[in-house]
Amino acid sequence: MYRSAIQDDRPPVQIFIGGQSFTAREGDTVAAALLASGLDVRRATAVSGAPRLPYCMMGVCFECLVTIDGVGNRQGCLIPVAPGMQVEIQKGKRELGK
Amino acid sequence: MSRPMHETYDVVVIGAGPAGIAAATTAAGNGARTLLLDENAGPGGQVWRAITSTPVKQPSILGEDYWAGRSEVEALRKSGAEIIHGATVWSLDPSLEIAISIGGGSSFVRAGRVIVATGAQERPFPIPGWTLPGVMTAGAAQTLIKNAGLVPDGRLVIAGQGPLLWLLSAQILRLGGKIDRILDTTPRGNRGTALPRALPFLTSPYLVKGLKMMREVRRNTRIVKNVEMIEALGDGQLASVRYSAGGVAETLPADLLLLHHGVVPNVNLAMAAGVRHEWNEVQLCWTPVLDGNGQSSVEGIYVAGDGAGIGGALAALERGRIAAFAALKALGRNVPAGGEASARSALGRAEKGREFLDLLYKPAPQFRIPQGDTIVCRCEEIRASDVLKAVETGATGPNQAKAYLRTGMGPCQGRLCGLTVTELMAKARGTTPAEIGYYRLRAPVKPVSLNELADLPPDTDAIKAVVRE
Repeated sequence: MYRSAIQDDRPPVQIFIGGQSFTAREGDTVAAALLASGLDVRRATAVSGAPRLPYCMMGVCFECLVTIDGVGNRQGCLIPVAPGMQVEIQKGKRELGK
Repeated sequence: MSRPMHETYDVVVIGAGPAGIAAATTAAGNGARTLLLDENAGPGGQVWRAITSTPVKQPSILGEDYWAGRSEVEALRKSGAEIIHGATVWSLDPSLEIAISIGGGSSFVRAGRVIVATGAQERPFPIPGWTLPGVMTAGAAQTLIKNAGLVPDGRLVIAGQGPLLWLLSAQILRLGGKIDRILDTTPRGNRGTALPRALPFLTSPYLVKGLKMMREVRRNTRIVKNVEMIEALGDGQLASVRYSAGGVAETLPADLLLLHHGVVPNVNLAMAAGVRHEWNEVQLCWTPVLDGNGQSSVEGIYVAGDGAGIGGALAALERGRIAAFAALKALGRNVPAGGEASARSALGRAEKGREFLDLLYKPAPQFRIPQGDTIVCRCEEIRASDVLKAVETGATGPNQAKAYLRTGMGPCQGRLCGLTVTELMAKARGTTPAEIGYYRLRAPVKPVSLNELADLPPDTDAIKAVVRE
């Protein structure tokens, strides 16, 4: 859906998306990295399980909710990637303890 | 992530877009102890997003209006303001106490004066299928360009109207992207109502740039005018876009549909703080009631920037400066002669022609007031027909509808359904949005975990309130 359009000289940052390694760039938000990964990163809504992807990318819509390092319901569009970050796509409600 | 260095500040500015940057720079530069809080990882807000970190280095791609932000950020850094990024303000109350979540922990600060510069968000664009993966806002695509140098790949349709739509299209093309079709939804009749207001726009700084950009896009893209209906189709993922223009329908295969119908003030924090808002019939949104300095109905709370009514980045800068000067004076500080007057005249120039743009790009009713099973509230998955049924059952306004349906009770707290529900209910009840009103917003204006609340430092008054003697 998206591809890099530039010579990107920012340092690489390795993250894990559902356990799969992906090389993002320093400064990328988690939501941007997910969209750039080419993986199926659709979450499922808590209400009906409908598939969704980020919509606004600016902290308003909460469609980018994702589990980061074991903490659920984080806004992926507001959080920058960090080395070794574990990102899990949320299927349904946030799980207890996450 | 750092917590605030102090418990009290002279001025706290919330939001580091153009208005917040200018306000904090002015306040701190004139000796006030100033704290600037911002939710994003770096300064810039939306218009100058990632200004200090963007990988899109070639200046002509994002354009000079983007790079103009660099000198403002430099001035901010030299001003002595304390700046915290990744800081989510989840409460502001009339006593000017502010709750901030940083890195999963919350703290409170008190302010002598607060400048709310929380900016704008894109207007909800509730068409059938707008929740499908592959449908995003134009602003989202622009954020991906600025933040990560990403452009849309695959078949792209851009739909809507307004300056940002043309700017984004130009930026995508400059980066080697391809746009399959632009569906221009500007209602034919708008030109007639806007034309009498065109004169001031002729001297607006936006005119020449705007026309140049539209030419740049038109040369390379097929544009359909007078689009009166749009639907996003697909099963679990966008597959095509159906539209009609002049009564003729067509279906385009698409991987990505970007929607844009202008921006509206981001009202959640100011409304929850008790700032009085009024329905703005020209901009079709709620705007705070302010005096000429941006002072709101709550003593000590100012609203500056697009949150005060859409005016664009240049106007936001000046509104930020004006609010900061007023705050400084209210705190008994000396302000340099001439600074305020020059901000006011610059504001006058920046606002020239705004009314023309507002009237020209007033979105058509069918794109604001959906029908049938089109989703209105994305979070709770509530449809237009559900809201209409609630009206039939007796719901008089958004707050009753909320109790019946949960509209606006999801994580976005009404940000993407509030305007729609207000206008939909006003139409169904044969009254005005002003009469119908808006959701009653309360802190926390962004979700905070119970764990985080439980970790707050104990407060004697709070303990007394719940513990029996």
